[in-house]
Amino acid sequence: MKKLLLVLSVFLFVLISNLASAGDDGKIEINKKNNGYVEATDCFEKVNRGIFAFNQVVDKAIFKPLAKGYRMFPQPIRSGTSNALSNLSNVVTIPNNVLQGQFKDAGVNTARFVINTTLGIAGIFDVASYYGLNKRDKEDYGQTLGAWGAGPGCYFILPVLGPTTVRDSIGSVITLVGGDAWYNVTVVNDTQYFSEADYYVSRILDGIDFRAKNLESFESLENSSVDLYASVRSLYLQDRYRKIQNIDKTTDTLSDDDWEEVDNQ
Amino acid sequence: MKKLKFLFFFLLFINLNNISLAKDPSDLINNIVDEAASILSSEDPIESKIIKLNAIAERSVDINGIGLYTLGKYRKTINEDQKSKYQKLFRSYFLKSFSSRLVDYTNPRISVVSQKKINDKYTIVNSILEATSKRPQVKIDWRIYTKNPERPLIRDLIVEGLSLARTQKEEFNSIIQNNDGDINALFKTLEEFLIK
Repeated sequence: MKKLLLVLSVFLFVLISNLASAGDDGKIEINKKNNGYVEATDCFEKVNRGIFAFNQVVDKAIFKPLAKGYRMFPQPIRSGTSNALSNLSNVVTIPNNVLQGQFKDAGVNTARFVINTTLGIAGIFDVASYYGLNKRDKEDYGQTLGAWGAGPGCYFILPVLGPTTVRDSIGSVITLVGGDAWYNVTVVNDTQYFSEADYYVSRILDGIDFRAKNLESFESLENSSVDLYASVRSLYLQDRYRKIQNIDKTTDTLSDDDWEEVDNQ
Repeated sequence: MKKLKFLFFFLLFINLNNISLAKDPSDLINNIVDEAASILSSEDPIESKIIKLNAIAERSVDINGIGLYTLGKYRKTINEDQKSKYQKLFRSYFLKSFSSRLVDYTNPRISVVSQKKINDKYTIVNSILEATSKRPQVKIDWRIYTKNPERPLIRDLIVEGLSLARTQKEEFNSIIQNNDGDINALFKTLEEFLIK
């Protein structure tokens, strides 16, 4: 299994290097480097649109109803679940803080993880914030690769899982080959405390929690969009760019020659 | 009675002036948010709410500027007739999209937090859409075009760091690009959206 993942990683790495500049023969190029903005290529747009349509059906049939059902739980239960899942994500965020040289963030996140896991009862209560250790942004291996200078490569859609790029997929593979302590103690190692189901339940809950928080915004996007696929692609790439650059200030995302042109017309 | 009428119209005029001539970007957003909140929480029928919301947008958003921006590289390749047709369509599309997005909210609570002048042309107003039991707090930043300081206009909304104008531009560009650069494909799509 590990060998297979290694081969897959190498294959994806080659794809990142080769396809980052692909863009001719009918392929859509988006976000070409523009004031440092991300470059990504929708290499398989027709296939992607097909998978996107499939995902929409799955979402309407499964995830949206589940998210609506989840919304019916009282607010404290949803907050507790969200806190616990967020706390769990620290086991991926902390190593990525270190890999990106964010040592202060790594320290804060470690302290938050220890406090919330113990005093906060498995992360259900965000006790750390009470002590002034405020929540930091999540980090993952895709972001670390981006911070190290890897381009996004091809943009594509995975069945059920949704939008990604080659770089972000490699990041996901890294979490599965030892980069995620939660995955290691639940799925990889046979510990007496956790089972595989714990991992998968946490992942599914994470997806439902995210969907529930965004029910209205997704619906609004669906209703007002004239090409939903392109909108989602744009939003995903903007979001990843922002996370990789660790941009907090909105003004940093706004440089765009197009506005200058409009002004000069 | 005449005096009363005069007083009423005088006060109305002052009030309208205050709304439309807010020169400070933060004041502009505060005025818009207050006005929209009062419309949305009123008992008015939806059609009436939409008309009033559209009036706010027409007054405070640079719809033509956004329309040109969203054309991206195709802005340079279309002729004057196409440009004029596009701007009409875009205006209708924008207003329909804007009001239909907002009309579902009953009482959105937005607080202006700060503002930052980037240069003579732009100021960013930072605001927060307060959390409800259904969704978490949302950061909304407004890109205000201040080239004419007497009449600042909104050019973009950046929701949690994601630019709606950029998203719109990439959406439109995708439609044109997938139709061999034919702007008529975008016209057709917008027309279909408008009659939906």
